[in-house]
Amino acid sequence: MSEIRSDKKAEQRYCQPDERGFFGVYGGRFIPETLVPAVQELKEAFEKYNQDPEFLKEFDKDLAHYVGRPSPLYHAERWSRELGGAQIYLKREDLNHTGAHKINHAVGQILLAKRMGKKRIIAETGAGQHGVATATVCARLGLECVVYMGAKDVQRQSANVYRMKLLGATVVPVENGSKTLKDAVNAALRDWVSHVDDTFYLLGTVVGPDPYPKMVRTFQSIIGREARRQILDQAGQLPDALVACVGGGSNAMGLFYPFLEDKSVKLYGVEAGGEGIESGKHAARFSDGRKGVYQGNRTHIMCDDAGQIIESHSVSAGLDYPGVGPEHAWLREVGRAEYPFATDEEALQAFHDLTSYEGIIPALESSHALAYASKLAPTMSPDQSIIVNLSGRGDKDMHTVASIDGITL
Amino acid sequence: MTEVNNTSRIDACFERLRKEGRKGLIPYVTAGDPGPEATVPLLHSMVEAGADIIELGIPFSDPVADGPVIELAHQRAVSQGVTLADVLLMVEEFRKKDNVTPIALMGYLNPIEIMGYETFAWRAAEAGVDGLLAVDIPPEDADDMLVPLRKHGLDAVFLLSPNTADERISGICEAASGYVYYVSLKGVTGAGNLDINEVQRRVEHIKGYTRLPVCVGFGIRDGASASAISKVADAVIVGTALVKELAAHEDLEGAKAAITARLTEMRTAMDQ
Repeated sequence: MSEIRSDKKAEQRYCQPDERGFFGVYGGRFIPETLVPAVQELKEAFEKYNQDPEFLKEFDKDLAHYVGRPSPLYHAERWSRELGGAQIYLKREDLNHTGAHKINHAVGQILLAKRMGKKRIIAETGAGQHGVATATVCARLGLECVVYMGAKDVQRQSANVYRMKLLGATVVPVENGSKTLKDAVNAALRDWVSHVDDTFYLLGTVVGPDPYPKMVRTFQSIIGREARRQILDQAGQLPDALVACVGGGSNAMGLFYPFLEDKSVKLYGVEAGGEGIESGKHAARFSDGRKGVYQGNRTHIMCDDAGQIIESHSVSAGLDYPGVGPEHAWLREVGRAEYPFATDEEALQAFHDLTSYEGIIPALESSHALAYASKLAPTMSPDQSIIVNLSGRGDKDMHTVASIDGITL
Repeated sequence: MTEVNNTSRIDACFERLRKEGRKGLIPYVTAGDPGPEATVPLLHSMVEAGADIIELGIPFSDPVADGPVIELAHQRAVSQGVTLADVLLMVEEFRKKDNVTPIALMGYLNPIEIMGYETFAWRAAEAGVDGLLAVDIPPEDADDMLVPLRKHGLDAVFLLSPNTADERISGICEAASGYVYYVSLKGVTGAGNLDINEVQRRVEHIKGYTRLPVCVGFGIRDGASASAISKVADAVIVGTALVKELAAHEDLEGAKAAITARLTEMRTAMDQ
């Protein structure tokens, strides 16, 4: 593991965010005063323990023996051949314990919470993967866990709700607003303001106030560090492109970060195009959004001319969010990464394609990345390669896909 | 800096209160709740009932620092399409009859960021707004907002919390003008019960850092709590207890009567 950690190329030259948590004009700490001391305490703890060999050792150990890392990098040969272009490699985060990349930062944050002496953990969740990951690490350490989840998501992700309950978490359905991820974040923030002394907010992606975007990126960057080493090992050269889906953007940042200084590697973050941009029913913040301040940071958001947040739409609960991690806004602004979108229909097609060609059932979130990769690969040559972050497995989406296909389970 | 130093309405108000030996009463309502036409008449009745300063909420779709009562008020206003531009028109309308009572807008940053800080400050000053309390921006990162506010003579009100550290208290007080808003408890609006002794201790502590009036809000709901807080602070701020009445009454006149009755009760208790 220390061999992986010593590969700190990116960290050495790329130095975002600044001390106040800004990536250019994006990021920052836009929160009510009551939360400032809590966020400050968290930032100090993170900066301290992220340098602490004992902490890092424990984190690496948990990633290896509890999460099951390193996750494989799998060459999807049959699907690549079918698409007729670049070789597609899948970073198999779906094989992690609990079935998605979310466990990486949940393990990191819970170790931090433990050292900070926090007894009560709260989290928000969209698809339920982050909620399950949080409930999992809380069960392991015997900590109280409250997960806020939009009522609409509670319905479309009932299996994950049951998993969280089995793990001992209290799942609070949020009936406000659009009843999705954004409202779950609001509810979690309100809880935190009200229980700020004893509560740790285990946030599920690279959004929120500083230090969350940096901290979650740091814990997730194990994905890219492994992938970089694995592709050099398997293909003998760096990939030509990385593709990952972007809701808040944690799996994408985790994959991208260790490659940021590898300028030949193109980065694609794929947003949810929902029913198409012109329909207005999507979550493509970069295609149809603007700069604004939302839920703790300045970033690209979906809002109207009066600054009211517009509800997002996506077939995948995990991408159904009107904001995006501020570092993505920055990477796009400086031209380091591109942010195309895939529609619900394209994602579903990719979901079925990967299932039938490779025997791997991907999460609907990850299917958006696969959908874009399936367009990108044929424009490239067979000696080029793409790494797609297969951020989660599709078991949780069985009901959604079945009902779209007209099947009742 | 040499500004055109007309005393602001907020400063004049606290000066007057000090001379009269009284404490200020600051009601909060969300603009456009329960409907866009309701706001201006409601503001006038609140002044008649003894309000010294008014905090007027800018409707926002995601008011994370507010509890369920005020959150619903935001929803009622947003669902009727009430925007920041509308709020400024309401203040302009209010000013036709009342050029004395200060109005501070209270809200979340995004509508202001989208309008643009310079545009907002200019239009707000033109409309007769006196100050802005943006709840989700810490003063250390607020230069983009503070410079235009100052340029147009608007006060920037900031929040202080029970858990704000001393070095932050001093920085926040330095950035603030008009008054500072001490949040009496760790929570969202409308929460919990007050510990008067603790509030007194904290207000006295804050007063060691600033000559600005220290106003206290969160958890004040009736004559008794208003009276108790007014003994230790320069003004009491009441929001949820009033907004609740707007939701509870079908007719606006009924809500207005309940709100003025509540304010009169507080005013009487505070002035005794």
